[in-house]
Amino acid sequence: MTGAVPAAGGRIGLGEFVRRAADAGELVVQPRMGFSSSTAMRAGLLAVKAAPATTVGTITLDSYTRLGDLGAAARAVSAGEDLNGYPIATHPVRTTRAVIDGVRDTAFPVQVRHGSADPRHIFAALVAAGLDATEGGPVSYCLPYGRVPLDESVRNWAHCSELFARLREYSPVEPNLETFGGCMLGQLCPPSQLVALSVLEALFFRRYGVRSIAVSYAQQTNPRQDQEAVRALRRLCAELLPDVTWHVVIYTYMGLFPATPHGARRILTHAVELARTTGAERLIVKTVAEAHRIPTIAENVEALTHAAATAHTVSTTAVPEHEGSDSQTYAEARALVEAVLDSGPDIGRSLLHSFKSGYLDIPYCLHPDNLGRTRSYVDTDGALRWADTGLLPIGHLVRASGRSRVTAAGLMEALSSVRRRYDTVREEVP
Amino acid sequence: MSELTTARDDTPGRRRATVVVSGVASDAHTWNLVFLELLLSELGFDVANLGACVPDELLVRECLERRPDLLVLSSVNGHGHIDGARAARALRDRSALAALPVVIGGKLGVAGSLTAAQRDELLAAGCDAVYEDSVDAITAFRSFLSALPSRAFR
Repeated sequence: MTGAVPAAGGRIGLGEFVRRAADAGELVVQPRMGFSSSTAMRAGLLAVKAAPATTVGTITLDSYTRLGDLGAAARAVSAGEDLNGYPIATHPVRTTRAVIDGVRDTAFPVQVRHGSADPRHIFAALVAAGLDATEGGPVSYCLPYGRVPLDESVRNWAHCSELFARLREYSPVEPNLETFGGCMLGQLCPPSQLVALSVLEALFFRRYGVRSIAVSYAQQTNPRQDQEAVRALRRLCAELLPDVTWHVVIYTYMGLFPATPHGARRILTHAVELARTTGAERLIVKTVAEAHRIPTIAENVEALTHAAATAHTVSTTAVPEHEGSDSQTYAEARALVEAVLDSGPDIGRSLLHSFKSGYLDIPYCLHPDNLGRTRSYVDTDGALRWADTGLLPIGHLVRASGRSRVTAAGLMEALSSVRRRYDTVREEVP
Repeated sequence: MSELTTARDDTPGRRRATVVVSGVASDAHTWNLVFLELLLSELGFDVANLGACVPDELLVRECLERRPDLLVLSSVNGHGHIDGARAARALRDRSALAALPVVIGGKLGVAGSLTAAQRDELLAAGCDAVYEDSVDAITAFRSFLSALPSRAFR
Protein backbone atom coordinates (compact mmCIF):
# COMPACT_ATOMS: atom_id res chain seq x y z
CA MET A 1 0.00 0.00 0.00
CA THR A 2 1.57 3.28 -1.02
CA GLY A 3 -0.91 5.91 0.11
CA ALA A 4 -3.15 6.22 3.13
CA VAL A 5 -6.09 4.99 1.11
CA PRO A 6 -5.88 1.75 -0.85
CA ALA A 7 -6.43 2.11 -4.59
CA ALA A 8 -9.96 1.30 -5.61
CA GLY A 9 -9.15 -0.17 -9.01
CA GLY A 10 -12.22 -0.01 -11.18
CA ARG A 11 -14.52 -0.37 -8.22
CA ILE A 12 -17.70 1.70 -7.93
CA GLY A 13 -19.12 3.10 -4.72
CA LEU A 14 -22.35 2.26 -2.94
CA GLY A 15 -24.27 5.14 -4.54
CA GLU A 16 -23.36 4.14 -8.09
CA PHE A 17 -23.98 0.46 -7.31
CA VAL A 18 -27.49 1.25 -6.09
CA ARG A 19 -28.18 3.47 -9.11
CA ARG A 20 -27.20 0.70 -11.51
CA ALA A 21 -29.34 -1.82 -9.65
CA ALA A 22 -32.33 0.54 -9.71
CA ASP A 23 -31.85 1.06 -13.46
CA ALA A 24 -31.98 -2.71 -13.84
CA GLY A 25 -35.19 -2.86 -11.77
CA GLU A 26 -33.52 -4.55 -8.80
CA LEU A 27 -34.15 -3.64 -5.17
CA VAL A 28 -30.88 -3.64 -3.25
CA VAL A 29 -31.20 -5.46 0.08
CA GLN A 30 -28.88 -5.27 3.03
CA PRO A 31 -28.67 -6.77 6.53
CA ARG A 32 -27.51 -5.37 9.84
CA MET A 33 -24.62 -7.60 10.80
CA GLY A 34 -21.57 -7.36 13.00
CA PHE A 35 -19.41 -9.81 14.95
CA SER A 36 -16.49 -9.31 17.32
CA SER A 37 -14.33 -11.82 15.52
CA SER A 38 -12.83 -10.89 12.18
CA THR A 39 -13.23 -14.47 10.95
CA ALA A 40 -16.97 -14.42 11.67
CA MET A 41 -17.25 -10.94 10.17
CA ARG A 42 -15.67 -12.06 6.91
CA ALA A 43 -17.80 -15.22 6.82
CA GLY A 44 -20.90 -13.06 7.30
CA LEU A 45 -19.97 -10.74 4.43
CA LEU A 46 -19.24 -13.71 2.15
CA ALA A 47 -22.61 -15.27 2.97
CA VAL A 48 -24.44 -12.01 2.25
CA LYS A 49 -22.57 -11.65 -1.03
CA ALA A 50 -23.54 -15.21 -2.03
CA ALA A 51 -27.23 -14.74 -1.15
CA PRO A 52 -29.64 -14.95 -4.12
CA ALA A 53 -30.27 -11.21 -4.06
CA THR A 54 -28.69 -7.88 -5.06
CA THR A 55 -26.93 -7.17 -1.80
CA VAL A 56 -24.78 -4.64 0.00
CA GLY A 57 -22.66 -5.97 2.84
CA THR A 58 -22.76 -4.48 6.31
CA ILE A 59 -20.23 -4.15 9.07
CA THR A 60 -22.25 -3.15 12.13
CA LEU A 61 -20.07 -1.90 14.96
CA ASP A 62 -20.41 -2.88 18.62
CA SER A 63 -21.78 -0.42 21.15
CA TYR A 64 -18.50 0.09 23.04
CA THR A 65 -16.95 1.30 19.80
CA ARG A 66 -19.99 3.50 19.09
CA LEU A 67 -19.52 5.18 22.45
CA GLY A 68 -15.78 5.55 22.08
CA ASP A 69 -15.09 3.24 25.05
CA LEU A 70 -12.21 1.55 23.26
CA GLY A 71 -10.82 0.22 26.54
CA ALA A 72 -13.96 -1.82 27.13
CA ALA A 73 -13.92 -3.03 23.52
CA ALA A 74 -10.28 -4.11 23.83
CA ARG A 75 -10.92 -5.89 27.15
CA ALA A 76 -13.91 -7.72 25.68
CA VAL A 77 -11.93 -8.78 22.60
CA SER A 78 -9.02 -10.12 24.64
CA ALA A 79 -11.36 -11.85 27.08
CA GLY A 80 -13.14 -13.48 24.16
CA GLU A 81 -16.48 -11.89 25.15
CA ASP A 82 -19.02 -11.75 22.35
CA LEU A 83 -19.65 -8.13 21.43
CA ASN A 84 -22.79 -6.97 19.65
CA GLY A 85 -20.81 -5.84 16.62
CA TYR A 86 -17.41 -5.51 14.95
CA PRO A 87 -14.91 -3.39 16.93
CA ILE A 88 -13.41 -1.59 13.94
CA ALA A 89 -11.24 0.78 15.98
CA THR A 90 -9.86 -2.06 18.12
CA HIS A 91 -8.86 -4.63 15.53
CA PRO A 92 -5.67 -3.60 13.68
CA VAL A 93 -6.26 -1.87 10.33
CA ARG A 94 -4.70 -4.84 8.53
CA THR A 95 -7.28 -7.12 10.13
CA THR A 96 -10.17 -5.05 8.79
CA ARG A 97 -8.51 -4.85 5.37
CA ALA A 98 -8.23 -8.65 5.40
CA VAL A 99 -11.93 -8.92 6.32
CA ILE A 100 -12.98 -7.06 3.17
CA ASP A 101 -10.14 -8.09 0.86
CA GLY A 102 -11.53 -9.94 -2.14
CA VAL A 103 -15.06 -9.69 -0.71
CA ARG A 104 -15.86 -6.04 -1.26
CA ASP A 105 -15.75 -5.28 -4.99
CA THR A 106 -17.72 -3.65 -7.80
CA ALA A 107 -20.48 -6.21 -7.35
CA PHE A 108 -20.54 -5.91 -3.58
CA PRO A 109 -20.17 -2.60 -1.72
CA VAL A 110 -19.70 -2.76 2.05
CA GLN A 111 -21.14 -0.17 4.41
CA VAL A 112 -20.17 0.52 8.02
CA ARG A 113 -23.13 1.05 10.38
CA HIS A 114 -22.66 2.35 13.88
CA GLY A 115 -24.67 4.90 15.91
CA SER A 116 -22.14 7.38 17.27
CA ALA A 117 -22.47 11.05 18.14
CA ASP A 118 -18.69 11.22 18.25
CA PRO A 119 -17.60 9.04 15.34
CA ARG A 120 -14.14 10.50 14.76
CA HIS A 121 -12.33 7.28 15.69
CA ILE A 122 -14.82 5.32 13.57
CA PHE A 123 -14.31 7.43 10.46
CA ALA A 124 -10.54 7.28 10.99
CA ALA A 125 -10.65 3.48 11.25
CA LEU A 126 -12.96 2.90 8.30
CA VAL A 127 -11.09 5.28 6.02
CA ALA A 128 -7.78 3.68 7.01
CA ALA A 129 -9.22 0.29 6.09
CA GLY A 130 -10.27 1.59 2.67
CA LEU A 131 -14.02 1.67 3.31
CA ASP A 132 -16.07 4.44 1.73
CA ALA A 133 -19.72 3.96 2.72
CA THR A 134 -21.21 4.66 6.11
CA GLU A 135 -24.19 6.29 7.80
CA GLY A 136 -25.47 8.35 10.70
CA GLY A 137 -25.97 12.05 11.23
CA PRO A 138 -25.56 14.89 13.74
CA VAL A 139 -29.12 14.64 15.07
CA SER A 140 -30.12 11.05 14.40
CA TYR A 141 -27.02 9.62 16.07
CA CYS A 142 -27.18 11.99 18.99
CA LEU A 143 -30.65 12.63 20.36
CA PRO A 144 -31.93 9.07 20.48
CA TYR A 145 -28.67 7.74 21.87
CA GLY A 146 -26.76 8.61 24.95
CA ARG A 147 -25.72 11.89 26.44
CA VAL A 148 -23.39 13.68 24.03
CA PRO A 149 -24.62 17.31 23.78
CA LEU A 150 -26.16 18.13 20.41
CA ASP A 151 -23.70 20.95 19.70
CA GLU A 152 -20.79 18.54 20.16
CA SER A 153 -22.43 16.03 17.85
CA VAL A 154 -22.96 18.69 15.19
CA ARG A 155 -19.29 19.67 15.47
CA ASN A 156 -18.12 16.05 15.28
CA TRP A 157 -20.31 15.21 12.31
CA ALA A 158 -19.28 18.38 10.44
CA HIS A 159 -15.65 17.39 10.89
CA CYS A 160 -16.20 13.76 9.87
CA SER A 161 -18.44 14.58 6.89
CA GLU A 162 -15.86 17.00 5.57
CA LEU A 163 -12.99 14.52 5.90
CA PHE A 164 -15.10 11.71 4.45
CA ALA A 165 -16.11 13.81 1.42
CA ARG A 166 -12.43 14.45 0.69
CA LEU A 167 -11.86 10.74 0.12
CA ARG A 168 -12.75 11.39 -3.50
CA GLU A 169 -9.45 13.22 -3.86
CA TYR A 170 -7.62 9.97 -3.19
CA SER A 171 -9.89 7.42 -4.80
CA PRO A 172 -12.08 7.17 -7.89
CA VAL A 173 -14.91 5.98 -5.66
CA GLU A 174 -17.43 8.61 -4.55
CA PRO A 175 -17.87 8.19 -0.79
CA ASN A 176 -21.48 7.59 0.22
CA LEU A 177 -23.08 8.83 3.42
CA GLU A 178 -26.56 7.78 4.56
CA THR A 179 -28.66 9.77 6.98
CA PHE A 180 -30.26 7.84 9.83
CA GLY A 181 -32.75 10.71 10.26
CA GLY A 182 -35.65 8.61 9.03
CA CYS A 183 -35.54 6.50 12.18
CA MET A 184 -35.42 8.66 15.35
CA LEU A 185 -36.09 6.28 18.27
CA GLY A 186 -37.47 3.68 15.88
CA GLN A 187 -41.12 4.27 16.61
CA LEU A 188 -43.79 6.79 17.57
CA CYS A 189 -42.22 9.72 15.73
CA PRO A 190 -44.83 10.91 13.21
CA PRO A 191 -43.60 10.43 9.61
CA SER A 192 -43.46 14.12 8.70
CA GLN A 193 -40.73 14.78 11.23
CA LEU A 194 -38.80 11.68 10.09
CA VAL A 195 -38.94 12.94 6.52
CA ALA A 196 -37.87 16.43 7.60
CA LEU A 197 -34.90 15.15 9.60
CA SER A 198 -33.77 12.85 6.81
CA VAL A 199 -33.77 15.78 4.38
CA LEU A 200 -32.12 18.15 6.87
CA GLU A 201 -29.29 15.74 7.61
CA ALA A 202 -28.81 15.20 3.88
CA LEU A 203 -28.52 18.99 3.50
CA PHE A 204 -26.00 18.96 6.36
CA PHE A 205 -23.89 16.31 4.59
CA ARG A 206 -24.04 18.29 1.34
CA ARG A 207 -22.95 21.44 3.16
CA TYR A 208 -19.76 19.58 4.11
CA GLY A 209 -19.04 18.35 0.62
CA VAL A 210 -20.68 14.94 0.42
CA ARG A 211 -22.11 14.36 -3.06
CA SER A 212 -23.44 10.82 -2.84
CA ILE A 213 -26.14 10.59 -0.22
CA ALA A 214 -28.76 8.10 0.93
CA VAL A 215 -31.87 9.34 2.72
CA SER A 216 -33.67 6.96 5.02
CA TYR A 217 -37.18 6.24 6.13
CA ALA A 218 -38.10 3.63 8.72
CA GLN A 219 -41.34 1.73 8.14
CA GLN A 220 -43.90 2.84 10.73
CA THR A 221 -47.39 1.69 11.67
CA ASN A 222 -49.56 2.22 8.59
CA PRO A 223 -48.63 1.24 5.01
CA ARG A 224 -50.61 4.04 3.36
CA GLN A 225 -49.08 6.67 5.62
CA ASP A 226 -45.63 5.20 4.94
CA GLN A 227 -46.14 5.45 1.18
CA GLU A 228 -47.19 9.05 1.59
CA ALA A 229 -44.06 9.70 3.66
CA VAL A 230 -41.61 8.17 1.19
CA ARG A 231 -43.20 10.09 -1.70
CA ALA A 232 -42.92 13.28 0.36
CA LEU A 233 -39.28 12.43 1.05
CA ARG A 234 -38.56 11.93 -2.66
CA ARG A 235 -40.26 15.18 -3.57
CA LEU A 236 -38.36 17.18 -0.95
CA CYS A 237 -35.07 15.63 -2.06
CA ALA A 238 -35.84 16.45 -5.69
CA GLU A 239 -36.56 20.03 -4.66
CA LEU A 240 -33.74 20.61 -2.20
CA LEU A 241 -30.92 18.32 -3.36
CA PRO A 242 -30.75 18.93 -7.11
CA ASP A 243 -26.95 18.92 -7.23
CA VAL A 244 -26.07 15.66 -5.47
CA THR A 245 -26.92 12.07 -6.26
CA TRP A 246 -29.27 10.51 -3.74
CA HIS A 247 -31.36 7.42 -3.23
CA VAL A 248 -33.89 6.31 -0.65
CA VAL A 249 -33.22 3.48 1.79
CA ILE A 250 -36.11 1.93 3.70
CA TYR A 251 -35.52 0.40 7.12
CA THR A 252 -37.75 -2.52 7.93
CA TYR A 253 -39.69 -1.69 11.11
CA MET A 254 -37.35 -0.49 13.87
CA GLY A 255 -39.75 -0.69 16.82
CA LEU A 256 -40.85 -3.65 18.94
CA PHE A 257 -40.71 -6.36 16.32
CA PRO A 258 -43.16 -9.23 15.72
CA ALA A 259 -42.04 -12.20 17.79
CA THR A 260 -43.43 -14.97 15.56
CA PRO A 261 -41.65 -16.10 12.39
CA HIS A 262 -44.80 -15.49 10.30
CA GLY A 263 -45.24 -12.01 11.77
CA ALA A 264 -41.60 -11.16 11.15
CA ARG A 265 -41.74 -12.35 7.54
CA ARG A 266 -44.97 -10.54 6.86
CA ILE A 267 -43.76 -7.19 8.12
CA LEU A 268 -40.62 -7.64 5.99
CA THR A 269 -42.90 -8.38 3.02
CA HIS A 270 -44.70 -5.09 3.68
CA ALA A 271 -41.40 -3.23 3.89
CA VAL A 272 -40.47 -4.62 0.46
CA GLU A 273 -43.85 -3.53 -0.89
CA LEU A 274 -43.31 -0.07 0.56
CA ALA A 275 -39.95 0.18 -1.21
CA ARG A 276 -41.32 -1.10 -4.51
CA THR A 277 -44.41 1.10 -4.59
CA THR A 278 -42.51 4.28 -3.74
CA GLY A 279 -39.44 3.83 -5.90
CA ALA A 280 -37.10 3.36 -2.93
CA GLU A 281 -33.87 1.82 -4.18
CA ARG A 282 -32.54 -0.01 -1.12
CA LEU A 283 -33.94 -1.87 1.88
CA ILE A 284 -32.41 -2.86 5.20
CA VAL A 285 -34.03 -6.11 6.27
CA LYS A 286 -34.85 -7.57 9.66
CA THR A 287 -34.91 -11.25 10.54
CA VAL A 288 -37.17 -13.67 12.41
CA ALA A 289 -34.73 -13.42 15.34
CA GLU A 290 -35.16 -9.65 15.71
CA ALA A 291 -37.52 -9.78 18.70
CA HIS A 292 -35.35 -12.30 20.53
CA ARG A 293 -31.63 -11.78 19.92
CA ILE A 294 -28.95 -10.77 17.48
CA PRO A 295 -29.55 -12.80 14.29
CA THR A 296 -27.23 -15.47 12.94
CA ILE A 297 -25.67 -15.22 9.49
CA ALA A 298 -28.14 -17.84 8.21
CA GLU A 299 -31.12 -15.90 9.54
CA ASN A 300 -29.87 -12.78 7.79
CA VAL A 301 -29.40 -14.65 4.52
CA GLU A 302 -32.92 -16.02 4.84
CA ALA A 303 -34.33 -12.50 5.31
CA LEU A 304 -32.36 -11.18 2.32
CA THR A 305 -33.57 -14.09 0.19
CA HIS A 306 -37.18 -13.53 1.25
CA ALA A 307 -36.95 -9.79 0.55
CA ALA A 308 -35.41 -10.27 -2.89
CA ALA A 309 -37.95 -12.92 -3.87
CA THR A 310 -40.80 -10.67 -2.71
CA ALA A 311 -39.37 -7.70 -4.60
CA HIS A 312 -39.58 -9.71 -7.82
CA THR A 313 -43.30 -10.29 -7.28
CA VAL A 314 -44.18 -6.61 -6.77
CA SER A 315 -44.45 -4.58 -9.94
CA THR A 316 -42.14 -1.61 -10.11
CA THR A 317 -44.46 0.60 -12.11
CA ALA A 318 -42.51 3.82 -12.18
CA VAL A 319 -44.37 6.30 -10.06
CA PRO A 320 -43.92 9.85 -11.31
CA GLU A 321 -41.74 11.74 -8.85
CA HIS A 322 -44.56 13.96 -7.62
CA GLU A 323 -47.54 11.67 -7.76
CA GLY A 324 -49.32 11.33 -4.45
CA SER A 325 -46.72 13.57 -2.84
CA ASP A 326 -48.93 16.57 -2.26
CA SER A 327 -50.08 15.23 1.07
CA GLN A 328 -50.48 16.08 4.72
CA THR A 329 -47.11 14.44 5.39
CA TYR A 330 -45.46 16.53 2.67
CA ALA A 331 -47.03 19.75 3.95
CA GLU A 332 -45.87 19.11 7.53
CA ALA A 333 -42.38 17.98 6.49
CA ARG A 334 -41.98 20.97 4.19
CA ALA A 335 -43.04 23.36 7.00
CA LEU A 336 -40.53 21.78 9.40
CA VAL A 337 -37.67 21.92 6.89
CA GLU A 338 -38.47 25.53 5.94
CA ALA A 339 -38.62 26.65 9.56
CA VAL A 340 -35.16 25.20 10.15
CA LEU A 341 -33.65 26.59 6.95
CA ASP A 342 -35.19 30.01 7.61
CA SER A 343 -33.54 30.24 11.01
CA GLY A 344 -30.09 30.96 9.57
CA PRO A 345 -27.58 30.38 6.79
CA ASP A 346 -25.63 27.62 8.56
CA ILE A 347 -27.45 24.29 8.66
CA GLY A 348 -25.60 23.04 11.73
CA ARG A 349 -26.46 26.12 13.77
CA SER A 350 -30.00 26.08 12.43
CA LEU A 351 -30.46 22.52 13.67
CA LEU A 352 -29.23 23.51 17.14
CA HIS A 353 -31.43 26.58 17.22
CA SER A 354 -34.44 24.59 16.05
CA PHE A 355 -34.18 21.99 18.78
CA LYS A 356 -33.68 24.72 21.37
CA SER A 357 -36.77 26.58 20.22
CA GLY A 358 -38.89 23.50 19.63
CA TYR A 359 -39.16 23.77 15.83
CA LEU A 360 -37.92 20.21 15.94
CA ASP A 361 -38.91 18.06 18.91
CA ILE A 362 -38.84 14.26 19.08
CA PRO A 363 -41.68 12.67 21.05
CA TYR A 364 -40.52 10.64 24.08
CA CYS A 365 -36.85 11.46 23.53
CA LEU A 366 -35.06 11.73 26.90
CA HIS A 367 -32.00 13.61 25.63
CA PRO A 368 -31.45 16.87 27.55
CA ASP A 369 -31.22 18.87 24.29
CA ASN A 370 -34.67 17.74 23.14
CA LEU A 371 -37.44 19.99 24.42
CA GLY A 372 -39.85 17.12 25.00
CA ARG A 373 -43.11 19.00 24.45
CA THR A 374 -44.47 16.79 21.66
CA ARG A 375 -46.47 13.60 22.03
CA SER A 376 -47.78 11.11 19.50
CA TYR A 377 -50.11 8.14 19.41
CA VAL A 378 -51.18 5.30 17.18
CA ASP A 379 -54.66 6.06 15.85
CA THR A 380 -57.39 3.47 15.37
CA ASP A 381 -56.51 3.16 11.66
CA GLY A 382 -52.93 2.35 12.64
CA ALA A 383 -51.60 5.74 11.52
CA LEU A 384 -49.17 7.68 13.69
CA ARG A 385 -50.56 11.05 14.69
CA TRP A 386 -49.66 14.02 16.82
CA ALA A 387 -51.29 14.15 20.25
CA ASP A 388 -49.41 17.35 20.98
CA THR A 389 -47.35 19.33 18.46
CA GLY A 390 -45.60 21.31 21.19
CA LEU A 391 -43.87 24.28 19.55
CA LEU A 392 -43.47 22.64 16.14
CA PRO A 393 -44.27 25.12 13.34
CA ILE A 394 -47.07 22.92 12.04
CA GLY A 395 -49.88 24.03 14.35
CA HIS A 396 -51.75 25.48 11.37
CA LEU A 397 -51.62 22.11 9.59
CA VAL A 398 -52.48 19.70 12.37
CA ARG A 399 -55.46 19.40 14.60
CA ALA A 400 -53.79 17.75 17.57
CA SER A 401 -56.02 15.34 19.43
CA GLY A 402 -55.17 16.52 22.91
CA ARG A 403 -54.64 12.89 23.89
CA SER A 404 -51.42 13.78 25.60
CA ARG A 405 -51.91 11.97 28.91
CA VAL A 406 -49.54 9.05 28.60
CA THR A 407 -49.68 6.04 30.91
CA ALA A 408 -47.25 3.13 31.12
CA ALA A 409 -49.92 0.75 29.84
CA GLY A 410 -50.90 3.16 27.03
CA LEU A 411 -47.29 3.60 25.99
CA MET A 412 -46.70 -0.15 26.01
CA GLU A 413 -49.81 -0.68 23.94
CA ALA A 414 -48.68 1.89 21.38
CA LEU A 415 -45.15 0.51 21.34
CA SER A 416 -46.35 -3.04 20.83
CA SER A 417 -49.27 -2.36 18.47
CA VAL A 418 -47.33 -3.44 15.39
CA ARG A 419 -45.99 -6.57 17.03
CA ARG A 420 -49.48 -7.53 18.15
CA ARG A 421 -51.02 -6.90 14.76
CA TYR A 422 -48.44 -8.93 12.86
CA ASP A 423 -48.19 -11.78 15.33
CA THR A 424 -51.93 -12.37 15.13
CA VAL A 425 -52.63 -14.93 12.45
CA ARG A 426 -54.76 -13.06 9.99
CA GLU A 427 -54.56 -12.56 6.26
CA GLU A 428 -55.60 -8.93 6.06
CA VAL A 429 -53.37 -6.32 7.62
CA PRO A 430 -54.63 -2.78 7.07
CA MET B 1 -36.25 14.83 35.07
CA SER B 2 -38.47 14.57 32.03
CA GLU B 3 -41.95 15.95 32.14
CA LEU B 4 -43.35 12.46 31.66
CA THR B 5 -43.29 12.35 35.44
CA THR B 6 -46.44 14.23 36.25
CA ALA B 7 -48.15 12.36 39.09
CA ARG B 8 -47.59 14.00 42.44
CA ASP B 9 -48.77 12.89 45.83
CA ASP B 10 -49.11 16.00 47.93
CA THR B 11 -50.28 14.30 51.12
CA PRO B 12 -48.69 16.43 53.86
CA GLY B 13 -45.98 14.78 55.87
CA ARG B 14 -45.68 11.84 53.55
CA ARG B 15 -42.41 11.31 51.76
CA ARG B 16 -42.72 9.48 48.50
CA ALA B 17 -40.09 6.86 47.89
CA THR B 18 -37.65 7.81 45.18
CA VAL B 19 -36.41 5.55 42.45
CA VAL B 20 -33.55 6.19 40.10
CA VAL B 21 -34.12 4.62 36.69
CA SER B 22 -31.03 4.32 34.54
CA GLY B 23 -29.60 2.79 31.42
CA VAL B 24 -26.12 1.27 31.61
CA ALA B 25 -22.94 2.68 30.14
CA SER B 26 -22.98 1.17 26.67
CA ASP B 27 -26.74 0.98 26.06
CA ALA B 28 -28.44 3.67 23.98
CA HIS B 29 -31.99 2.34 24.23
CA THR B 30 -34.57 4.53 25.97
CA TRP B 31 -38.08 3.08 25.42
CA ASN B 32 -37.45 0.69 28.30
CA LEU B 33 -36.53 3.69 30.48
CA VAL B 34 -39.54 5.77 29.41
CA PHE B 35 -41.82 2.83 30.22
CA LEU B 36 -40.26 2.19 33.63
CA GLU B 37 -40.50 5.89 34.51
CA LEU B 38 -44.23 5.92 33.74
CA LEU B 39 -44.85 2.62 35.53
CA LEU B 40 -43.02 3.65 38.70
CA SER B 41 -44.68 7.09 38.72
CA GLU B 42 -48.08 5.47 38.50
CA LEU B 43 -47.13 3.21 41.42
CA GLY B 44 -46.50 6.31 43.49
CA PHE B 45 -42.74 6.71 43.33
CA ASP B 46 -40.80 9.85 42.60
CA VAL B 47 -38.71 8.91 39.60
CA ALA B 48 -35.43 10.34 38.43
CA ASN B 49 -34.75 9.05 34.93
CA LEU B 50 -31.06 9.32 34.13
CA GLY B 51 -31.58 8.29 30.51
CA ALA B 52 -29.34 6.18 28.28
CA CYS B 53 -25.59 5.50 28.29
CA VAL B 54 -24.99 6.44 31.91
CA PRO B 55 -21.31 6.01 32.80
CA ASP B 56 -20.60 4.25 36.12
CA GLU B 57 -19.19 7.42 37.72
CA LEU B 58 -22.30 9.42 36.87
CA LEU B 59 -24.53 6.65 38.18
CA VAL B 60 -22.60 6.51 41.47
CA ARG B 61 -22.65 10.31 41.80
CA GLU B 62 -26.40 10.53 41.16
CA CYS B 63 -27.12 7.79 43.69
CA LEU B 64 -24.91 9.47 46.31
CA GLU B 65 -26.67 12.81 45.75
CA ARG B 66 -30.22 11.57 45.48
CA ARG B 67 -30.08 8.76 48.05
CA PRO B 68 -32.90 6.85 46.30
CA ASP B 69 -34.86 4.02 47.89
CA LEU B 70 -34.22 1.88 44.84
CA LEU B 71 -32.08 1.83 41.72
CA VAL B 72 -33.55 0.22 38.61
CA LEU B 73 -31.06 -0.57 35.86
CA SER B 74 -32.46 -1.53 32.49
CA SER B 75 -30.62 -2.70 29.40
CA VAL B 76 -31.62 -4.32 26.13
CA ASN B 77 -28.50 -4.24 23.94
CA GLY B 78 -26.94 -7.52 25.05
CA HIS B 79 -24.10 -5.97 27.05
CA GLY B 80 -26.24 -5.66 30.19
CA HIS B 81 -24.60 -8.51 32.07
CA ILE B 82 -21.15 -6.97 31.55
CA ASP B 83 -22.09 -3.33 32.12
CA GLY B 84 -24.56 -4.14 34.90
CA ALA B 85 -22.06 -6.18 36.92
CA ARG B 86 -19.42 -3.49 36.58
CA ALA B 87 -21.87 -0.75 37.59
CA ALA B 88 -23.07 -2.79 40.58
CA ARG B 89 -19.50 -3.27 41.79
CA ALA B 90 -18.85 0.47 41.44
CA LEU B 91 -21.94 1.20 43.52
CA ARG B 92 -21.12 -1.37 46.20
CA ASP B 93 -17.61 0.05 46.52
CA ARG B 94 -19.17 3.08 48.22
CA SER B 95 -20.19 2.30 51.78
CA ALA B 96 -23.07 4.80 51.55
CA LEU B 97 -24.57 2.70 48.75
CA ALA B 98 -23.85 -0.72 50.21
CA ALA B 99 -27.48 -1.23 51.26
CA LEU B 100 -29.17 0.46 48.30
CA PRO B 101 -31.58 -2.00 46.68
CA VAL B 102 -30.39 -2.47 43.07
CA VAL B 103 -32.25 -4.43 40.42
CA ILE B 104 -31.44 -4.98 36.76
CA GLY B 105 -33.67 -6.14 33.96
CA GLY B 106 -34.05 -6.41 30.21
CA LYS B 107 -32.32 -8.37 27.48
CA LEU B 108 -29.04 -8.79 29.28
CA GLY B 109 -27.00 -11.07 27.01
CA VAL B 110 -26.33 -11.28 23.27
CA ALA B 111 -27.49 -14.90 23.01
CA GLY B 112 -31.02 -14.73 24.41
CA SER B 113 -31.21 -15.65 28.08
CA LEU B 114 -28.25 -15.45 30.40
CA THR B 115 -26.22 -18.45 31.45
CA ALA B 116 -26.42 -19.37 35.13
CA ALA B 117 -22.85 -18.10 35.51
CA GLN B 118 -23.69 -14.70 33.99
CA ARG B 119 -26.70 -14.40 36.25
CA ASP B 120 -24.70 -15.39 39.31
CA GLU B 121 -22.08 -12.81 38.42
CA LEU B 122 -24.69 -10.05 38.41
CA LEU B 123 -25.95 -11.17 41.81
CA ALA B 124 -22.42 -11.53 43.18
CA ALA B 125 -21.56 -8.05 41.91
CA GLY B 126 -24.33 -6.60 44.03
CA CYS B 127 -27.63 -6.77 42.16
CA ASP B 128 -30.49 -7.79 44.43
CA ALA B 129 -32.63 -9.13 41.60
CA VAL B 130 -32.26 -9.88 37.88
CA TYR B 131 -35.29 -9.71 35.59
CA GLU B 132 -34.83 -11.16 32.16
CA ASP B 133 -37.19 -10.16 29.42
CA SER B 134 -40.23 -12.43 29.75
CA VAL B 135 -43.97 -12.19 30.26
CA ASP B 136 -43.47 -12.64 34.00
CA ALA B 137 -40.73 -10.07 34.45
CA ILE B 138 -42.96 -7.07 35.21
CA THR B 139 -45.10 -9.12 37.61
CA ALA B 140 -42.00 -10.33 39.43
CA PHE B 141 -40.63 -6.78 39.49
CA ARG B 142 -43.87 -5.48 41.00
CA SER B 143 -43.76 -8.11 43.74
CA PHE B 144 -40.22 -6.98 44.49
CA LEU B 145 -41.45 -3.38 44.72
CA SER B 146 -44.25 -4.22 47.12
CA ALA B 147 -41.80 -6.09 49.34
CA LEU B 148 -39.39 -3.14 49.49
CA PRO B 149 -38.73 -2.01 53.07
CA SER B 150 -39.44 1.52 51.97
CA ARG B 151 -40.65 4.37 54.13
CA ALA B 152 -43.13 5.27 51.42
CA PHE B 153 -45.23 2.21 52.05
CA ARG B 154 -45.69 2.87 55.74
